Amino acid sequence: MMKKMILYILLTISAFFMFAPILYAFSVSFMSASDINNAAILPSSLSLDAYQEAANRIPLLQFLANSFLIATSVMIGQIILCSLAAYAFVFIPFKGKNVLFILLLSTMLIPFESTIVPNHVTMINLGWLDTYQSLIVPTIVTPFGVFLLRQHFLTMPKELWDAAQMDGCSYFRYYLSFALPLSKATLGALSIFAFISSWNSYLWPLIMTSNDNVRPIQIGLKMLVSSQASTNWPIVMAGAIIALVPTLIILFLGLKYIRRGLLSGSIKG
Amino acid sequence: MNKKKFTKEVKLFGMGILYLLPTFVILSVFLFYPIWKTFQFSFSDVLDGGIVDEFVGLKHYLALFDSSSFLNSIKVSFQFVLYTVPITIILSLFLAVIANEKLKGSRFFQMIFSSQLGISGAASSAILLFFFHPTLGTINNVLGFFGIPNIQWLTSPDWALFSVALATVWMGLSLNFILLLGGLQNISVDLYESSTVDGAGYWTKLFKITLPLLSPVLFFVTIINFINAFQSFGQIHILTEGGPSEATNLIVYSIYRESFMYGNYGFASAQAVVLFLITLFVTLIQFKVGERRVHYQ
Repeated sequence: MMKKMILYILLTISAFFMFAPILYAFSVSFMSASDINNAAILPSSLSLDAYQEAANRIPLLQFLANSFLIATSVMIGQIILCSLAAYAFVFIPFKGKNVLFILLLSTMLIPFESTIVPNHVTMINLGWLDTYQSLIVPTIVTPFGVFLLRQHFLTMPKELWDAAQMDGCSYFRYYLSFALPLSKATLGALSIFAFISSWNSYLWPLIMTSNDNVRPIQIGLKMLVSSQASTNWPIVMAGAIIALVPTLIILFLGLKYIRRGLLSGSIKG
Repeated sequence: MNKKKFTKEVKLFGMGILYLLPTFVILSVFLFYPIWKTFQFSFSDVLDGGIVDEFVGLKHYLALFDSSSFLNSIKVSFQFVLYTVPITIILSLFLAVIANEKLKGSRFFQMIFSSQLGISGAASSAILLFFFHPTLGTINNVLGFFGIPNIQWLTSPDWALFSVALATVWMGLSLNFILLLGGLQNISVDLYESSTVDGAGYWTKLFKITLPLLSPVLFFVTIINFINAFQSFGQIHILTEGGPSEATNLIVYSIYRESFMYGNYGFASAQAVVLFLITLFVTLIQFKVGERRVHYQ
């Protein structure tokens, strides 16, 4: 009983430190300037002015729409390309696939951050600065995604594959009608990962975008911070809340998949 | 060679390549080619638009060791690793251990402890920017309540790196929590049951069973955290922009500044090569040790 009590106390304190800043930011986003000066915990009156004002300072809806478009495209791209690659590595017996797999794994040794200078040049040469494709195409496949799906495909029953072959099922049909439908949970995990990491990416969109038409919300948030810091906090908090709510909801709904994905992709591998 | 078999091999090869083609095109264009190019740039003078002007040998590398700014950047990067990695692991291990107990509502707490994974670094940083504010910020308000004078969290060179580290720890807890909780749940229940029969208490079990069996995961998590800390960028760009007086000019920020603000592509590329080599070294350690595993049962 005593142990239980102590555990609950520890859990509550930890949860407070983990999440109270987010809740407080939410509260601040409704505050007036005088609430801030008085260090109020809750707003004296619920005002949506900060959200309104944030939308006036930066094209908030445009940024949100951009983020949705980019993250969704990256997600769909990763599902298709990662699963195709993983399928080839597991089911198609061709010469040289071990070499290619090692090559794929070796990309995990290259930090994206150390390639930004030439990648920027590539984008200039392609004429892709300030375009959606510059933010989508480079992340449309990840070694992690291929690896995650490969691990899953390896667990599929061999008998099913043998039976399908016996019936003359082609490689592509097996991919479409068996491999993909039987991988819903893993594909779900990958989708969530792809969406969240694309939505939250920062350095690359910062380099790639200089106009509002294609900018994602994270860079919009930085614009808000630069223009408002230390003068109008509710606006900054409103921007932060808007930037974090979509992915936080996705995380909460898909936590089960994410945990499974992270664990099979990183530890057991 | 059997002709029919040969044709089949070729067909299979063609098909395999077809499935893998998009993946390898993307990886080649945006990863293999640019890392090679980074090396080339680091030995060259590079004009605007990425045109290699001339080969200059080790000029940029020699300049690195003459640049107090770069040396400082390396120093603060390692300092930053030291400030963030151990504490992140200890705290998230604590969270994983308490959330792993069978209790009513533990699912709820697991959810809260995972929340940072769904929150962008930019959003967390923007929120903490307010918390760190010297006069209006929440942290100084709370400290003031206890009579502690205001601290210049982000604007004092003595505090800035520590503050950014604090932010990074908070932002990194969730990923570590999930990985460590997974590790804990992989430990067989039988081991605990037999040790309970043997009369082992809570702490004995924690230190004699849980931690040793968790050591491979702990090692993996250490490497991941090292790399993540070393590559931090977003929080610095929002919280301090590398300042004050370069106190938080971590290496990725330094590369960004050198290339995209000053246009020194060659010099920035030399720094990028250093970043690559350090990451490579650490990852290879992980492969080497990870293969052997840390603990033998």
